[in-house]
Amino acid sequence: MSESKIVLEAKGITKQFPGVLANDNVNFDLRKGEIHALLGENGAGKSTLMNLLYGLHNPDKGEISVGGKTATILSPKDSIALGIGMVHQHFMLIPVFTVAENVMLGDETVKNGSLDRATVAARITEISKQYGLDVDPNALVGPLPVGIQQRVEIVKTLYRNAEIVILDEPTAVLTPQEADDLFRIMRDLTARGVSIIFITHKLKEVLAIADRITVMRAGRVINTVIPSETDSAQLANMMVGRQVILTVDKKDHEAEEEILKVEGISVRDQRDLETVHNVSFTVRGGEVLGIAGVQGNGQTELSEALTGLRSPTTGKVTIDGKDLTGKSPRIITEAGLGHIPEDRQRHGLVLSYSVADNMALCDYYHAPFSSRGVIQPKALDENSRRLISAFDVRTPSPFVNAGKLSGGNQQKVIVARELSRNVKLVIANQPTRGLDVGSIEYIHGEIIKMRGRGVAVLLISAELDEIMALSDRIAVMYRGQIVAIVDAKKTTREQLGLWMAGAQVQAA
Amino acid sequence: MDWKRFSFIALIIIVLFGVVVMIGQVKQPPLLIVTSMLATTIAVATPLTLGALSGVFCERAGVVNIGIEGMMLTAAFFGWLGGIYMYHIFGFTPAVSIALGVFFAVLTGGLMSLLHAVLSITFKVDQIIGGTVINILAVGLTGFLNRQLFFGKGSVFGGSVPGSPGVLPTIHVPLTELFTSICGSSAACLQNVQAINRVFDQKPIAISAILLVFLSHYILFNTRWGLRTRAVGEHPKAADTVGINVVKMRYANVIIGGMFAGLAGAYFTIESVPSFEPLLTNGRGFISLAAMIFGNWTPIGAWAAALVFGASQAMLINMQIYRDVIPPAWSFLQESYIVGLTPYILTMIILTGIIGKTTPPAADGVPYEK
Repeated sequence: MSESKIVLEAKGITKQFPGVLANDNVNFDLRKGEIHALLGENGAGKSTLMNLLYGLHNPDKGEISVGGKTATILSPKDSIALGIGMVHQHFMLIPVFTVAENVMLGDETVKNGSLDRATVAARITEISKQYGLDVDPNALVGPLPVGIQQRVEIVKTLYRNAEIVILDEPTAVLTPQEADDLFRIMRDLTARGVSIIFITHKLKEVLAIADRITVMRAGRVINTVIPSETDSAQLANMMVGRQVILTVDKKDHEAEEEILKVEGISVRDQRDLETVHNVSFTVRGGEVLGIAGVQGNGQTELSEALTGLRSPTTGKVTIDGKDLTGKSPRIITEAGLGHIPEDRQRHGLVLSYSVADNMALCDYYHAPFSSRGVIQPKALDENSRRLISAFDVRTPSPFVNAGKLSGGNQQKVIVARELSRNVKLVIANQPTRGLDVGSIEYIHGEIIKMRGRGVAVLLISAELDEIMALSDRIAVMYRGQIVAIVDAKKTTREQLGLWMAGAQVQAA
Repeated sequence: MDWKRFSFIALIIIVLFGVVVMIGQVKQPPLLIVTSMLATTIAVATPLTLGALSGVFCERAGVVNIGIEGMMLTAAFFGWLGGIYMYHIFGFTPAVSIALGVFFAVLTGGLMSLLHAVLSITFKVDQIIGGTVINILAVGLTGFLNRQLFFGKGSVFGGSVPGSPGVLPTIHVPLTELFTSICGSSAACLQNVQAINRVFDQKPIAISAILLVFLSHYILFNTRWGLRTRAVGEHPKAADTVGINVVKMRYANVIIGGMFAGLAGAYFTIESVPSFEPLLTNGRGFISLAAMIFGNWTPIGAWAAALVFGASQAMLINMQIYRDVIPPAWSFLQESYIVGLTPYILTMIILTGIIGKTTPPAADGVPYEK
């Protein structure tokens, strides 16, 4: 592999954004038919480098050569012409267009002035067959599952005869099964001579699939290594710049009395389809119950029903003995719930509010934040300064809009607000989705701290590793039902994976 | 456009026509009433259709255009003024002057929309504010020039409005002639054919509006231009990443939209009546927007919705003809202002969304930032 020729090379790339040196004298090369992983935390400059290669931004300094020749890439048009294709983290697909329309956009086949949809569809089918990327050219993109949409994006690059494909955080939105499928596709592509740049911050993935790994931190390339000569700890160290504890250290202790009791609840989603059927479980103080499952098996609706965002159609929810079925979020919050919602930007924060205001969203109407109906800025300010230092939120000031922070720091604002209150129960839904290693380590630590304090924790996550690392007991959700509840120490990853895929539970 | 929407449109038109037929049948045979209503409906729906198409092009490309009203008004004025200048000052024949008038109207619409494009695309001004600026500018500019040029001491035309070169002619479709031999000696047959013929005898802008509806539909949904236009209106970043120039596409479509509005303006002063008065568009630009929304941002849907408004206006006109035969129980219909409210009430009903929700382009009204 190391003998193959270099298809793309970036030398001395520097890019300055207002206030940040996003790329500082970066060198990077890609060989034919390899998967070269670009590893780094959020904000390390990976996406910037790729946007420069793809022509979305232009470098201040440095040189890019493609196929041995110096290339001037001023816009995506240039990079497409050079055979570079990019699959963006947030898909660049138009939901109301069909697959064929999305694929041909910008490079349309026209016959007598009309779009030639049939020819394009035939070409897509051909590409699908050749690379094992099964897509229906005539399907509307919007309703397609995320994994399929990603295939459409890959087909889009191949349709333009891309020989270099950049995948920006491709697994962030995928379920474990979809990710495995993507890895198979990536292998198929490289086997046919396509070279892949794989951007990620997930250590396990790069070790599993990459041929070479380049680690970036704070705009610089730290090192380029080969998977067989490194391990997770070393990579994490390079990424973060210090020792990172990858395993969660939790002490054994006896769980206390029951805090959350869910009895036979069923929930309907906004399309009025029942997505949670007759679910029952309990969570005790000082215990973490993990709910594992492939996304879209009713976890979202279940957590909405427990936190008051949606009313269950049947069943009963009690917290610390109090019946709170179908009560409003405020009543449930006051009963002692801390909620880390699934979508931090939509349900966790008001992005256009300051960090200080966001940190008081749950109890702004109480003393000391309010006095006779008037907000007390001083109290908000003090509260936020205390939480910012206690929870290590990296923000220029408490008055910055929450929308301006990085994902990890946004999540820390939510965690600070929810866990600093006097809570009895924490419901954490995908608490580390899309976060970098440092933030994940931190948030896991906070959850374990709550457990140590005797708080009941319900952890919902699509990351099996997270569930296994944090939980005392694990419930598996499949098609709206809890198909198994097991002791975390007495189960295996494989067994959980089988249940998540719908295997029947053996009578114990 | 779904069947529910189309059947609602058909229902309203049938009801409006039905009312007039019921009242008017003592004076005229129903067929004659229906065909004359239909002819009027198509004619008066013309500016609404063109205005709605104007909106479809702008908004499909992601630029909200509430300035259609102002674009129409300005175009109506300059088209008419251009005709007068060509006729009186440059001495062209009436036919050439009228044709050049239409050209000036379209040009004016294009220029006004260029202003909107500069404001909303280049300077990223709030598009509602930008459109409002256009509307206010149009009222002020046309009112001021109208007064300065034609009225008062020292005005260019010496205090009076000179005769305009006239209006566009009706294009006669020779149905009656065709059927003369088929009908033979049957007078009733010939009368019916003559009645139906009236529906097809329309003026050039009315005819082109209908052709433009289908042409626009084809362009938007079957050509490269249309695909790219819709792409920049739905997800400009996605369009950018495949090498489409978002700014250029938006400019072009807003200007095309403005030219449609300009042609709608020409309808008022060059096709309908050969004169101008301040504020003559009278909210038609806004009703066009309602038609565009009800038509779910599609040309054919917008046209169907424009026909509903056209029918309600046709009812108003016909009610005046049959005023003396309105039965006492329906006497409220004698008040023209009550009947005149119909289009506005319809607009409100339609916009409440009780006939089902419509979906604007996802990036409609959102300036594109790289």
